[in-house]
Amino acid sequence: MRRALTGCVAASLGAVLLTGCAQGSGGGGESLTVYSGQHVQTTESLVTAFEKQTGISVNLRSDDEDVLADQIVTEGSHSPADVYYTENSPPLQYLASKGLLAGVDSSTLANTPSRFNSPDGKWVGVSARVSVMIYNTSLLKADQLPSSAMDLAEPQWKGKVAIAGSETDFQPIVTSIARTHGEAEALRWLEAVKANAGGHDYPDNETVTSQVNSGQVALGIINQYYWYRERAQVGESAMHSAIAYFAPRDVGYVVDVSGAGILKSSTHQATAQRFLAFLTSQQGQRILAHSDSFEYPIASGVTTAQPETRFDQLQPNDITVAELGTGAEAIRLLQEAQLL
Amino acid sequence: MSATGAVRRHHAGRRPLPLLLTSVAVLVSLVVLLPLVFLVVQAVQVGWAQLHALLFRGLTATLIWNTVSLLVVVTALCAVLGTSSAWFVERTDLPYRRLFAILVVIPLGIPDFVVSFGWRAIFPGIGGFWAAVLVMTLAVYPLVFLPVAASLRSADPAQEEVARSLGLGRLRTFWTVTVGQARSAIFGGCILVGLVVLAEFGAFEILGYQTLTTEIYNEFQVGFNEPAACALSLILVLLGAMLLASEGSVRGRGRVSRVGAGAASRARPARLGRGSPLVLAGMALLVVLALGVPVGAIVYLIVQGGNSTLPPASLFAATANTFGYSVAAGVVATMAALPIALLSVRFSRRRVMTLERSNMLVLAVPGLVIALSFTYVTEHLLQGDFYQTNPLMVLTYAIMFFPLAVVAVRAAVARSPVGLEEVAMSLGVRRRSVLSRVTLPLIGSGLAAAFALVFLETATELTATLVLHPTNVQTLATQFWAFESNGSYSQAAPYALVMVLIAAVPGYILGRWFDRQPERAAGAGVPLAAPAPGTLVAA
Repeated sequence: MRRALTGCVAASLGAVLLTGCAQGSGGGGESLTVYSGQHVQTTESLVTAFEKQTGISVNLRSDDEDVLADQIVTEGSHSPADVYYTENSPPLQYLASKGLLAGVDSSTLANTPSRFNSPDGKWVGVSARVSVMIYNTSLLKADQLPSSAMDLAEPQWKGKVAIAGSETDFQPIVTSIARTHGEAEALRWLEAVKANAGGHDYPDNETVTSQVNSGQVALGIINQYYWYRERAQVGESAMHSAIAYFAPRDVGYVVDVSGAGILKSSTHQATAQRFLAFLTSQQGQRILAHSDSFEYPIASGVTTAQPETRFDQLQPNDITVAELGTGAEAIRLLQEAQLL
Repeated sequence: MSATGAVRRHHAGRRPLPLLLTSVAVLVSLVVLLPLVFLVVQAVQVGWAQLHALLFRGLTATLIWNTVSLLVVVTALCAVLGTSSAWFVERTDLPYRRLFAILVVIPLGIPDFVVSFGWRAIFPGIGGFWAAVLVMTLAVYPLVFLPVAASLRSADPAQEEVARSLGLGRLRTFWTVTVGQARSAIFGGCILVGLVVLAEFGAFEILGYQTLTTEIYNEFQVGFNEPAACALSLILVLLGAMLLASEGSVRGRGRVSRVGAGAASRARPARLGRGSPLVLAGMALLVVLALGVPVGAIVYLIVQGGNSTLPPASLFAATANTFGYSVAAGVVATMAALPIALLSVRFSRRRVMTLERSNMLVLAVPGLVIALSFTYVTEHLLQGDFYQTNPLMVLTYAIMFFPLAVVAVRAAVARSPVGLEEVAMSLGVRRRSVLSRVTLPLIGSGLAAAFALVFLETATELTATLVLHPTNVQTLATQFWAFESNGSYSQAAPYALVMVLIAAVPGYILGRWFDRQPERAAGAGVPLAAPAPGTLVAA
């Protein structure tokens, strides 16, 4: 019995070590390692199509985009990552500010509107989302909704509003408010919204979406695609919520850009450039448009398959990716308001 | 303090530390403590001004209060729950007690984030301090149950009989003798609970309860502020050190409870009598809350079904990977724990104890911090070699859960009479053969327990795994996370279920271990007379 057990243990140990070696010596084909903070729904079909078309195999590592950014900084010059693909622009700006990103080919940058790319060509925008309100349709009527994100600080919303204050998607709104109304006002807004949210400050947007949809709370701030995903997962009949936009150009009406950059330390620069070119190509953008990602493709001429407001008909605030920066100001304000 | 105790101490003091054993133990400790070195290096980089601004703000005080108050309440509840359930299982005629011995251990193998996920599925509005207390207590009380059950099982019941015959009432006998015998085990278990609460992340994040550790993750996840996160981690380590110091003082006084297990008679189970149904109901309730709720929630979600916008993944591959990692980490950690355990029991002097205690600190360090410390080490010392490979993954797990292995092996070594080794040597057996022919068979069950504990924790580890796993290798925990964090609960649920099933295996081993403990020792033919009763009672 004991001998059998020892044998079993030795065999498992051997198997683990062997697979480790096998991994190291890998196949002969070209491969690319992508650190991805993007949702798998977005990356999966893109990666599969790229692999099929080029014969290059893509290793995808998924984690929170900011953990990955910290990880890349710690990995330094020996980072295994070739490409860093994120949900939001600030982590890319952060790596760019650390001098860790190589530039993107100008032909790739030309695929997408320049206002959604890195100001100095260090990364390229791939897709976009917009911040909206989600509200429970049996708890609120459309005409009861606020027109501005600033209204959510009013006492009438006490206990009725949900946020995901620690999520990266929340920061652009904070930056936007500080840009228009100043830091002091932004901090007052955060404190008031935090008080109004109370126990409805959730760890992520998925939770905000499902809690509003199930009637735990009346209203929430999310990016539009979470609502479409919730609908795809629970089905039309289980949807008890709808999305609504803030007034045109409102500080809360912000477009968030997802993008990708190439690590300076990568030893597969040319392959990585091909991958970025593919993401922003008409083919790549069409895949995005028809995937379960529900993000907006941003290359001209490609529209989403969803019957939602067309991207070119949105009327968001004019804040730029450069103004969103690394999000440092928003983070500091969130920390002061004790939301982080 | 009894004469025997004094003699032993004197004896131990004169023996020089064996060179080989000591160097191996020191080497192992250096590797285990690498993450702490990383923390200090990072914190130094921040500089005092920023460190001051980060650490001395209102939030830090709130976080310390949140963390410490939770730690105190959870530890106290675990002490009560773990000790009483261990007593009922080991020392009473509770019906189905062998079944309970296994069922109450399994919750340890259910990831804390699955437990909170289960409660949240049933009560969507649950959150805050008391929710955190409930979830944590139900997830980690086995850490008290396991050592206390072991100690109750091997303690000599003769003491209780003596106490009764000397006129002590049942309750006072229970309190002074029975609990007294288990005191060191109770405190040991409580320390583990405390350290685990310090480093817990997933459960509190789901429940929206803010602790030092959730803030550390926030600094990483939102703040890009690795140095700040490391500075906060140092507070955790400091709290952990304080915990350990408090236990050190308790253990120092209670150390005399050594028993020649072979001569101890089997405890006569206490009759529960009319209280039996009540206790049975209580134990059943515990199992329902700790095991039934998470498992029920998981099964409900599977049955309920629903679509996911995520691509499907391979449950089989994830299971195989998790199993492989858990076995390997269990073996490595157990083997590494042996030298330190031997040294700290057989040569228990201050320096050795400090060495052993310091290893425990790693339990208070959040998984993400440990993972990034290895990212740092491989980058700066190995030019990126070994990074994100299976050997490093296994080493990381082994280090993270090393303290659990030390505790289990140490307990077994402490219970195996050193006299047997001395007899063997006096009969001409060579030193090295003594280890394989006498010591290892005596503590074999303790090694199995250490393996099982590390296995359980590894099988559910998430945050370090996400950073260090070889690219394209998924585990049950990472795949669960991928689905759960996207709101695909019914797709996440099977992964949680397999984690629970896998946990049941070591849970069963642990349960069996305690079941067989006395017979084993007796079977080994322990020829020593029981020490005089005076040496058994904690002074």
